[in-house]
Amino acid sequence: MLAQTLITLLVVLPFAGALAAITMPVSARNGEVVLGCGVMLAGLIGLAALFGQVQDGGVVTRTIEWVPSLGLNLALRLDGFAWLMLLLVFGIGFLVVIYARYYLSPADPVPRFYGLLLAFSGAMVGLLVSGNILLMVVFWELTSIFSFLLIGYWHQSAGAREGARTALIVTGTGGMALLAAMILLGQVVGSYQLDDVLRAGAVVRAHAWYPWILGLFLLGAFTKSAQVPFHFWLPNAMSAPTPVSSYLHSATMVKAGVFLLVRFSPVLGGTPAWFWIVAGTGMATLMFGALIALYRNDLKGLLAYSTISHLGLITALAGIGSGGAIVAAIFHILNHAIFKASLFMAAGIIDHETGTRDMRRLSGLRRPMPRTSALAIVAAAAMGGVPLLNGFLSKEMFFAEAADWHNGTWLDNALPYMATLASVFSIAYSLRFIMTVFFGPPATDLPKEPHEPATWMRRPVELLVLFVLLVGLWPAALIGPVLHAGVVAVLGGNVPDYSLALWHGFNTPLQMSLTALALGTFLYLIAAPKLLNANEAPGLLARLSAQSMFDRVMLLLTRKWSLRLYRRFGTRHLQVQMRLAVLLVAAGAAIVLVGASRLNPRDLMQNFDASFALLWFGGAACAVGAAIQAKYHRFAALALLGGAGLATAVTFAWFSAPDLAVTQLLVEVVTTVLLLLGLRWLPKRRQEIPGDLGLQARARRTQDLVIAAVCGTGVAALAFSVMTAAPGLTIGDWFRRNAYAEGGGTNAVNVILVDFRAFDTMGEITVLGIVALTCYALLRRFRPAPESVAVPDQQTQVELPPMSAAEEASDALREAEHQPTRHDVMMAIPSVIMQWMFPVTIALSAYLFLRGHDLPGGGFAAGVAFAVALLLQYLATNVRWIEGRITILPVRWIGAGLLFAAATGLGSILFGYPFLTAHAQYVAIPLIGEVPAATALLFDMGVFAVVVGATVLILIAIAHQSLRSARLRARDEADAAAVAGQRPVAPTPPDRPAPSPADAPLATEDR
Amino acid sequence: MELVLSVSMGVLVASGVWLILRPRTFQVIIGLCLLSYGVNLFIFAMGRLVEGAAPIMPKGGFVDPDVFADPVPQALVLTAIVISFATTALFLVVIMASRGLTGTDHVDGSERKP
Repeated sequence: MLAQTLITLLVVLPFAGALAAITMPVSARNGEVVLGCGVMLAGLIGLAALFGQVQDGGVVTRTIEWVPSLGLNLALRLDGFAWLMLLLVFGIGFLVVIYARYYLSPADPVPRFYGLLLAFSGAMVGLLVSGNILLMVVFWELTSIFSFLLIGYWHQSAGAREGARTALIVTGTGGMALLAAMILLGQVVGSYQLDDVLRAGAVVRAHAWYPWILGLFLLGAFTKSAQVPFHFWLPNAMSAPTPVSSYLHSATMVKAGVFLLVRFSPVLGGTPAWFWIVAGTGMATLMFGALIALYRNDLKGLLAYSTISHLGLITALAGIGSGGAIVAAIFHILNHAIFKASLFMAAGIIDHETGTRDMRRLSGLRRPMPRTSALAIVAAAAMGGVPLLNGFLSKEMFFAEAADWHNGTWLDNALPYMATLASVFSIAYSLRFIMTVFFGPPATDLPKEPHEPATWMRRPVELLVLFVLLVGLWPAALIGPVLHAGVVAVLGGNVPDYSLALWHGFNTPLQMSLTALALGTFLYLIAAPKLLNANEAPGLLARLSAQSMFDRVMLLLTRKWSLRLYRRFGTRHLQVQMRLAVLLVAAGAAIVLVGASRLNPRDLMQNFDASFALLWFGGAACAVGAAIQAKYHRFAALALLGGAGLATAVTFAWFSAPDLAVTQLLVEVVTTVLLLLGLRWLPKRRQEIPGDLGLQARARRTQDLVIAAVCGTGVAALAFSVMTAAPGLTIGDWFRRNAYAEGGGTNAVNVILVDFRAFDTMGEITVLGIVALTCYALLRRFRPAPESVAVPDQQTQVELPPMSAAEEASDALREAEHQPTRHDVMMAIPSVIMQWMFPVTIALSAYLFLRGHDLPGGGFAAGVAFAVALLLQYLATNVRWIEGRITILPVRWIGAGLLFAAATGLGSILFGYPFLTAHAQYVAIPLIGEVPAATALLFDMGVFAVVVGATVLILIAIAHQSLRSARLRARDEADAAAVAGQRPVAPTPPDRPAPSPADAPLATEDR
Repeated sequence: MELVLSVSMGVLVASGVWLILRPRTFQVIIGLCLLSYGVNLFIFAMGRLVEGAAPIMPKGGFVDPDVFADPVPQALVLTAIVISFATTALFLVVIMASRGLTGTDHVDGSERKP
């Protein structure tokens, strides 16, 4: 059980660390390092504790059900091979965390870097320990995304953005292919559990889908591991900070592809197709990468192509697929990670201390940087495969497989020669790296004076190089058990005899190595002088670049084709789009309805009611009237809209839906107020619109009228057929039966909202809150139309009849305090009524709320009623008056409501029930009697608060524009006066300014 | 009843559709309101029309579902009413801002060129 918990922790810990990392302050470099090291060390300790269980082919698994219906479980599975890879993730991760502390400049935001780095390691761990192949794809995609973000860490540089994008597109496309492959694989096997898949190799290889699965799977693996022709993203990714290149793009992430190849080789491997494609691609990549690396002048570019080449070597081994080849592949994954990570770090140190990575400028660094030079030379020798170092051992194994293993094809026969040739190149580029950078005359035109780096920046490199040496000298003692655990996990019982000794006698591999060493040195000697001035790729390859093909495809896909499509089908006119949308919906409905013979309308005049007909005669007339008047007579249209809304509310009441009637009526009130407030800022349309009576406009209107008529007729016909058909069994029966028994309320509608479907309601009030906040935010920068800036009629002052001198004197004081506006005069009596109605409306709201669970009412209706109570006060007086007396903080109402609803839901978890389970009972309160006290009532309280907050926030935000615009007007006047240098303007009361010159130009702008 | 109500829904939807195809923003907002009335009634009507049978259940005992109106469409419409208010508000704010920014109330943000 401890082991199960441990693997869960291994996955969770880095993500938790990432969350902690991003919350630290921007400059907390040391804090981040401590955190990062802590996570990595904890991972290493966890790994150490788990080793005993996996060393002899043991497997630790843990399954948490997630979406069982899709076969998607959070199954974690740790075996020896994953353990070995995890060792790299945590071990090299630990060193990279330290190294990055010194590499990043104080200007770089460290929380983002460490957050992403830790999150990446979490994704990598997840990928390695996934026991479910779909989960594996999820983590696979996560590694692509974090790699994208890390490559683009310096997003101010165009190269970084470009490199990040390329990497994401290439590896992301591969990820899609991998997902498809895994789904097919799961369908063939009948399970998505890795263990089941690994056992079903024979079934999969015999299946008709095998070629598809193989192709898609390899596409995923090859893109991730930068195999030709998908390799070009890796050199581009070198614009990432060097710790990232060292960690992701040499040691861990790019190994995910070969990890997958090795992992699935027992399932998909062993066929001719596997051998030809995988070994062929691997060998091509091996030679191509080594050749191009020789030409690169950028240190990191050389290392990137060298990485591509070494990944090709591992891929080729996976393609050969024999026991010995798998041993060599796993061994080389380990060795390559160690020497390449240290080389990248060394290159980063050189870049950091000299200011350049260009080998044409670097020279003779062995004198100013003796220690770094020594370390880099050892690591580079390992990269070239020099004896006594770790790279040599796995390369020898590769040579042995290339030479000794046979299946009789030409590719097989050519393998030893190709391997030797690639090795020649790799000796040559390693030599070039060593000789150019560290030997020769001291460099003269370096941007910085080179010197040794901070001690702790070098420590990680020292440790890695120590491993290069130790593994090279005593492989069996140091790495034997780990390698054995990995090999057993992949091959099961068929582990071949292999020996990790240094000396196997003067055999074929050693001869190949020596040949390569000699030829490589020779090649370097003759090629070195020319390379400095050559292109970065030899002749034909320079022109046939995968990168430029990729760029061309991207250009076609993202620009040319989309532009062409847009030109053909696109339009900027909303009307055209709306027409299309309406027609599509209508057509869709028509298609569904054709042949719906079950809907047979019966008696047309069934239970006809004259008063109901009269109601809707009025309602329909209002609707048509609103449609006609909306263009020029907005106020009339608004009033008519209210008429149609009233008819709707009455209909709800008529047909047994009191809840709906109440809510509709109240919402009708706020909608009308809302639109009225809006009308203030939508200037009146006075003149006829030019071209409105033209032939084209008429034709368009006629066409729309036909569309509208068709839609209306369709809806009417559909509604009539459904309403006159028998309802049959509906889910409504269940709700009706169980509303009281299960929900503890007699009002079934309310019980559905706050109990049975409370989660939906929760979503809805969240949307409501979001909409209100959006309205509020949009209005913060609101600039009214020039035509509506002027003070409206209602706010201008009343011209009082002339008074005698005595009257004037006595009124002077009162007038200075409050001069009545037209609004005040008009609203004198209504406003008194509205103010007196305040407590009544509040009481109504409380009443609606409390009876909601058993009788019509509830949180929605009560909330709107409460909002209406507040709004009436705004209408009755003015913003300043009301806000001087009541403090309303609608945003807090929304927040509190949401928290309240969520807390009620979470409360049920405390008692061991699922989220939002309600509990109901009645409580006797003295004088009042039995009161329903369901927890659903608490939830309804949250609904109530959100509805109040949202409604009030929206309306007040619009209402406040009057104040804002008055303030803006006053400021503009002051500015105008200051500019003109005229008499100083007396500070006008902001809500009632006198007409000023500043308004004049705006007035003439009338359109 | 059914005939009257379905014809009324037809009129509401037709007016609404006609308005949302119009070029002025205020027409569109009125159209959306009318359309939402029509659609809300439509959803409501899917539970069939019953008079005097509000879904207020008795406390306990056997419940015959057929005696009461279907509460499910009602619950759906109740939330739909509140959400259509929110939509209207959001749209209103957008058209106010658009009117201020573009100087026109055309839905495209600029007058159609003749």
